[in-house]
Amino acid sequence: MALNAQDIARIAKLARLELDAAHSDRMLHQLNGFFDIVEQMNAVDTAGVEPLAHPTAVMEQVALRLRDDAVSEPNQREANQRSAPAVERGLFLVPKVIE
Amino acid sequence: MSQSMSNELHQLGVAELAAKLAAREVSSTEVTRHLLARAKAHPGLGAYLALNEEAALAQAQAADARLAAGERTPLLGVPLAHKDIFVTRDLPTTAGSKMLNGYFSPFDATVVTKLADAGMVNLGKLNCDEFAMGSGNDNSAYGPARNPWDAERIPGGSSGGSAAAVAARLVPAATGTDTGGSIRQPASLTGITGIKPTYGRCSRYGMVAFASSLDQAGPMARSALDCALLLSAMAGPDLDRDSTSLDHPAENFASNLMANNARQSFDKGQKSLNGLRIGLPKEFFGDGCAPGVQAAVRAALAEFEKLGATLVDISLPRTELSIPVYYIIAPAEASSNLSRFDGVKFGHRAAQYADLADMYQKSRTEGFGPEVQKRIMIGTYVLSHGYYDAYYLQAQKIRRLIAQDFQQAFTQCDVIAGPVSPTVAWKIGEKSDDPVANYLADIYTLSTSLAGLPGMSIPAGFGEHGMPVGLQLIGNYFKEAQLLGVAHQFQLATDWHTRAPQEFRT
Repeated sequence: MALNAQDIARIAKLARLELDAAHSDRMLHQLNGFFDIVEQMNAVDTAGVEPLAHPTAVMEQVALRLRDDAVSEPNQREANQRSAPAVERGLFLVPKVIE
Repeated sequence: MSQSMSNELHQLGVAELAAKLAAREVSSTEVTRHLLARAKAHPGLGAYLALNEEAALAQAQAADARLAAGERTPLLGVPLAHKDIFVTRDLPTTAGSKMLNGYFSPFDATVVTKLADAGMVNLGKLNCDEFAMGSGNDNSAYGPARNPWDAERIPGGSSGGSAAAVAARLVPAATGTDTGGSIRQPASLTGITGIKPTYGRCSRYGMVAFASSLDQAGPMARSALDCALLLSAMAGPDLDRDSTSLDHPAENFASNLMANNARQSFDKGQKSLNGLRIGLPKEFFGDGCAPGVQAAVRAALAEFEKLGATLVDISLPRTELSIPVYYIIAPAEASSNLSRFDGVKFGHRAAQYADLADMYQKSRTEGFGPEVQKRIMIGTYVLSHGYYDAYYLQAQKIRRLIAQDFQQAFTQCDVIAGPVSPTVAWKIGEKSDDPVANYLADIYTLSTSLAGLPGMSIPAGFGEHGMPVGLQLIGNYFKEAQLLGVAHQFQLATDWHTRAPQEFRT
């Protein structure tokens, strides 16, 4: 199964990327080259095999933890906004979302 | 201090420097000044992205005061530098990306904090592939790092700046991160020692995320002993800040190695590895591996036999499958992790845009380089509706089979050995038009990452074009101490790890 230019446009939209025509062509070529080596995965029988997310779960139980729902960080608005592209009076600025 | 001694300071490794600092033969301030000057004398390597001049000297002075007061801890006053994927409050963090140009984190990564608490002096931040995606450090938005053995060649990646800095004797040790080989491969290609511990050993808090189920921090230095000293300070639970951090106590990985560090009195005939079974996966020794690399690896294995180890043939039958499995899982997780870069709270924002959606698109397209965009595209596709089961889920299932293959292998052997990379370092630009070829070159490191096992690279000699070759050693979960001990015995018997590139010998 090979991807086409429409697929690339759809994936780029989902990924919030803007690809011009030349870029899109190159991406199509590279992704199809990549998915050629992915095909061998289909031949593997994985019936009854559980997906592995935390690798050491192969060996021992890995429990997902939740920490206490308590404030642990001090307020550091200035440090947090130091690298923001646009702030005004302590607020992050974005283009108008609702008319 | 005499000029001649000053000239030798950069040749000292972590353990040697620590001993001289403890004996007050040299001060941390002297060493720090010397290494900052040396970093500035070699800008062409592209190793550093930021130097920490003033703060490093202040940290060195503080360490000297503690040493003067009689304090003795293993790393007090020893300089290091961090891969620029670890966030720092007082230095910019770029992750090798234009997206984070000029970014300052509001906090330090746990690994950065732990090494600072151990008294180490932070000389600065080191170049890497953009968001740690690459095997040559040629995907950095700030230019390539270069291999000190041949400046025309890549130092490996993604921790290429770390490898170049350690190999060129700009710094005795550096941090790295390994998602699919990014500590082991650059260590191999530059002739230094590096270890990726068991997944979950070191906190991922403050490591700019690439693939969260694979990313793991580790040290890069000139010997197993030096790596052991750093790893002892880096590892340990960080349960409130990293949900995948393992509740496994930190160890002193160096104590056994320190007790047995008598290189001068090392008896060449001693069988220090008697009884050790080293498994050789037949899939790691096929035609795909360059003859010069194979020869160096075979010679290193013969050395292990002289030390009393037994070589055992094993099989890791899904080695080739680890390439598609890794290159599905890692981009899937990357596409999710990198969705946070939207030009709102931090990171690059486009100058011109029509509306909010356009701002997202333009900011991301301008901020991310080509390899990162490609992996985001792959990841977005394999996670999209209708494809998740066929790609991501199938890859996670095969991942379990790969991990089980290792457990099967470890019933026949104690450690696994083989090459790290099928070739020596290639020339900058040589592979960039052939992305799949870049992925195939990761074949020997990916399965260890998928299984979350500890793996290391130690210098094993030289291959094609006189370039360094690393031997990979893979251990079972939590067997870092054993791996480091095995590597240490090899380094007591050989001197490959002491070799420096001609230009950086003095």
